[in-house]
Amino acid sequence: MAGEVKKIATRESYGSALKELGAEYPNLVVLDADLAASTKTEVFRKAYPGRHFDCGIAEANMMGVAAGMSLTGLIPFVSSFAMFAAGRAFEQVRNSIGYPHLNVKIGATHAGITVGEDGASHQCNEDIALMRTIPGMVVMCPADDVEARAAVRAAVEYDGPVYLRFGRAAVPVINDRPDYHFEIGKGTVVREGSDVTIVATGICVDSALGAAELLAKDGIRAEVVNICTIKPLDEDILIESARKTGRVVTVEEHSVIGGLGSAVCDCLCAKLPTPVKKLGMQDVFGESGSASELVKKYGLDAEGVYRSVKEFCA
Amino acid sequence: MKNLELQKYANDVRKGIIASVHSAKAGHPGGSLSAADVFTFLYFEEMRIDPARPDMEERDRFVLSKGHTAPGLYSTMAHRGYFPVEDLLTLRKLGSYLQGHPCLSIPGVDMASGSLGQGISAACGMALGAKLQKKDYRVYTLLGDGEIEEGQVWEAAMFAGFRKLDNLCVIVDNNNLQIDGPIDTVCSPYPIDKKFEAFLFHVIHADAHDFDSLRAAFREARETKGMPTCIVAHSVKGKGVSFMENQASWHGKAPNDEEFAAAMAELDRIESELSQKAEKEGEA
Repeated sequence: MAGEVKKIATRESYGSALKELGAEYPNLVVLDADLAASTKTEVFRKAYPGRHFDCGIAEANMMGVAAGMSLTGLIPFVSSFAMFAAGRAFEQVRNSIGYPHLNVKIGATHAGITVGEDGASHQCNEDIALMRTIPGMVVMCPADDVEARAAVRAAVEYDGPVYLRFGRAAVPVINDRPDYHFEIGKGTVVREGSDVTIVATGICVDSALGAAELLAKDGIRAEVVNICTIKPLDEDILIESARKTGRVVTVEEHSVIGGLGSAVCDCLCAKLPTPVKKLGMQDVFGESGSASELVKKYGLDAEGVYRSVKEFCA
Repeated sequence: MKNLELQKYANDVRKGIIASVHSAKAGHPGGSLSAADVFTFLYFEEMRIDPARPDMEERDRFVLSKGHTAPGLYSTMAHRGYFPVEDLLTLRKLGSYLQGHPCLSIPGVDMASGSLGQGISAACGMALGAKLQKKDYRVYTLLGDGEIEEGQVWEAAMFAGFRKLDNLCVIVDNNNLQIDGPIDTVCSPYPIDKKFEAFLFHVIHADAHDFDSLRAAFREARETKGMPTCIVAHSVKGKGVSFMENQASWHGKAPNDEEFAAAMAELDRIESELSQKAEKEGEA
């Protein structure tokens, strides 16, 4: 069955969405920092060479250039690896984009441990935490190709700063259905259940669905909520599901400090205190290995999530 | 505009700096005063602007990369008519739109700044945006000589030189002092001219307190095609208030009441001298 599922890396979706939107929005420009082949903005560059600007390996300046360009009416997409976009250039994003609330979109690829072989120096497990602390910043982490392309479109249509998180590794397409609808700030119940809520973001939504399948065999009915927009968070969908199940597990390819898990806890502890278990990187750095090996080692594959949820429900 | 008129405006700008920083009991007078003549020249002669239409699309842009000298910018803008001069006394106070560092909620301010090294990048983006959209406005950005110790400045300089942003004019306020002392004793960025030249800028030296020198420099910048320009503006930190001149200690300190009175008395004296000169010229 696995062979039948189409797999596409969300960075590929980013590149193709930019190219598509480039035709509709003549004021859309793309900036990259010597990683166009990896971030896939080269797809846009090939189509619109005059609107793609390589800034060289200088991410701090690139953020400021994007800020300045947005002030002339352009819609800049700034791309680099998450480590450098959110990490190295954090202060530039905060002061030159966030504080003046400029219409700049940050397309950060190679987020999380699925960067794989490059190892811990390039595996950014902190970007969601960093970006969600910036007032007014929209933070999105799409689960698959369909959602990634929809999120890029939504980001263009939205006026203000947006951080988009994409992955390096190919992931199954799970949202390919005719009634699919995307809205910034809206989560989706992708599987209904009543015993436990699994809230997942990005590539972990697929693991959560796989885990729910395994849990069902044990008689545990897990509800799976896909949260693409981590900020602003869809609090209603979380509260409704938590009220029904009384137990919440969060799953993310990110540190459990400050990411989706923390955002969910921030919401629930204030509005509906509920026991929460946070799955993700447990305050550790990653390491070299293949994406699938790492996801398994850190317990973020379907089997790992299944085990953690089962233990939590016991 | 006649130099004498510019001198009078510059003196008004300096009084506004002293008054606002005194009122705020905090702020940065030293670098505001050293740049006061540059601010005045830009806003009263050089830039294509209209205070009544601060958002007009074809306006020249200004980014105060050395954002801590906001008192200098605000005083200049107030005297140019962007907002009431009396509002300068609300500088840094709770609820005032005149924040400690420039922000976009102030009419006529083109970019938020203050974290050093970032303004020049935004100015590059504006200049590139203008070129891409075939607009003929120019972009000016003022940097401190201490500020250019920031690595981002050189990322931006590389970008501007490589992209041949000849609609960009970088001004370095070279007053030779930063918080910890003379810039060549802290972590010297000299030679400033050779560095910008190496990054493919046309470099011009100017006397930051001589309007003929500034006029010639900005004209040369405008006429320079195919590369961005950097004007190294040689200035005196604290210029215009004798006890603040060339003192690093006046980088970020407000005058007390006594110092305020002494500073204003000096500037009042300059004002009456300039008025007398103007009268004489009128008679002649």
